[in-house]
Amino acid sequence: MAIGMANPEAAAALDFAALRREFPLLDQAAAAGRPLVYLDSAATTQKPRAVLDAERDFYERCYGAIARGVYRLSAEATALYEAARGKAARFLGAAAADEVVFVRGTTEAINLVAASWGRANLGPGDEILLTGLEHHSNIVPWQLAAAATGARIVVAPIDDRGEVPLEGVARALGSGRVRMAAVAHVSNALGTVLPVAEITRLAHAAGALVLVDGAQSAPRMPIDVAALGCDFFAFSGHKVYGPNGVGVLWGRRRLLAALPPYQGGGGMIEEVRFERTTYAPPPQRFEAGTPAGPQAHALGVALEWLAAKDLAAVAAHEEALARGAAERLAALAGVRLIGTPRARAGVVSFVVEGAHAHDVGTVLDAAGVAVRAGHHCAQPAMEAFGVPATVRASFGIYNDGDDVERLLAGVARARDLLAR
Amino acid sequence: MNELYDLYQEILLDHYKRPRNFGPLPGCDHEADGHNPLCGDRIHVRIKLAGDRLDEVRFEGSGCAISTASASMMTEAVRGKSRSEAEALFDRFRALVTGDGSAPADEELGELVSLGGVREFPMRVKCATLAWHTLKAALDQPGAIVSTEDGR
Repeated sequence: MAIGMANPEAAAALDFAALRREFPLLDQAAAAGRPLVYLDSAATTQKPRAVLDAERDFYERCYGAIARGVYRLSAEATALYEAARGKAARFLGAAAADEVVFVRGTTEAINLVAASWGRANLGPGDEILLTGLEHHSNIVPWQLAAAATGARIVVAPIDDRGEVPLEGVARALGSGRVRMAAVAHVSNALGTVLPVAEITRLAHAAGALVLVDGAQSAPRMPIDVAALGCDFFAFSGHKVYGPNGVGVLWGRRRLLAALPPYQGGGGMIEEVRFERTTYAPPPQRFEAGTPAGPQAHALGVALEWLAAKDLAAVAAHEEALARGAAERLAALAGVRLIGTPRARAGVVSFVVEGAHAHDVGTVLDAAGVAVRAGHHCAQPAMEAFGVPATVRASFGIYNDGDDVERLLAGVARARDLLAR
Repeated sequence: MNELYDLYQEILLDHYKRPRNFGPLPGCDHEADGHNPLCGDRIHVRIKLAGDRLDEVRFEGSGCAISTASASMMTEAVRGKSRSEAEALFDRFRALVTGDGSAPADEELGELVSLGGVREFPMRVKCATLAWHTLKAALDQPGAIVSTEDGR
């Protein structure tokens, strides 16, 4: 679904005030008379009670080693872990659960593909296509792979709006040497929604595979990897209202089957001899070490919790908040938006002229408004706009119009206090 | 909210908006770059010595209100001091911004006391000490580059 087509009527059907009360941290802050305006969901989301309960429940009811023991606890733990894999597959519209690899997060997912696929498939003269909007975690792993294989990085640039024009993608693909296009679905720094389905079509026509960094899209819009057409899709648990330390790499079955292992260890082997080891099939081949059972289970619960909310309505809600905030900020004297994409998910970046982003962040913090200030691990994108840092407000399922009001009031105050 | 006004006091904002001793220092004999990669603050400190005394200290760079004001106040506070006096002042300043606020006001610090409010904002302490680390690096090893992430 294109985020720009979000239906405002769908948003009205969800009771976001009631949803907010499902988050103990936000609920307790409000009860203590210190209501928190949490606008840093692009960095990490707060956790609903259902997810916290699920993780604790796993420890209290059926905690044991995953796929290791013959005892009942281990079997139950393994069943929950594998059920979570199925939930992740359903969340993504994947063909099968064994296309889902549990990893620590988006960063590890991309490192896995860059190292494992890269080592096996890249060589001198090959190119890896990135966009000017990428998060460092979708840049540095590819630089490491390029350095190890002799491949090189090429970049589809961003324009003045902070969008990635398809012409730039097509031009880069025109070299005929691009083997992998690794692109963000939604820019964490600017909120731009990238046309990943179109990019995938172009890349496939040019003989390249496509990895989509879905860290910011998975929490914000319905995901359907079949419709996107991509080959790999990565997202983090802690950004989709799930626990820390777990994330998902989805990959096409035949691609995963052809990949060499990423890390070696227990659980990823068939048979180990000192002369020769044979590896388990995917996804276990890529899950060396004791799996994070309680976290994977809680992630599965988070994905079900989120998917039950009508993701189109959630997308419309967050998009409306971000658009409203962007319009109001742009109208505020002394404030400049960084990135004015036509398709925007729940993220707004801006600067207050004459004031450093960190000072604005501190003034907002003192007013109970938590935003991110800095380069957002996207220094190339910051450079394209000629700023070292921005203030970023990012919205989640628990935010509402009052949060936008308090953001605006805080920004105006910061400007009056700090601007030179 | 009161912490906010303790942090962004009028005197601090004045140093931020009109930094003292800002600009190049031709003929300097010690200099160093300081960088805070977390917020992108960059500062260049130059020193002209007269014997063991810091005859003139100037700085350039870009940064937040805390780091800019701290650098500006520092250039005034260390002027005319010996190396060891300047380093001792850094120690007292560091105690001010990292302490729990229970210590009595340190009269020696003068205007620098206005940066004490930063102790309520632990994420910003590095902003306040960047200029001082850079000054120390310049005195210790000319041409040095320091980062707030060097574990200092």
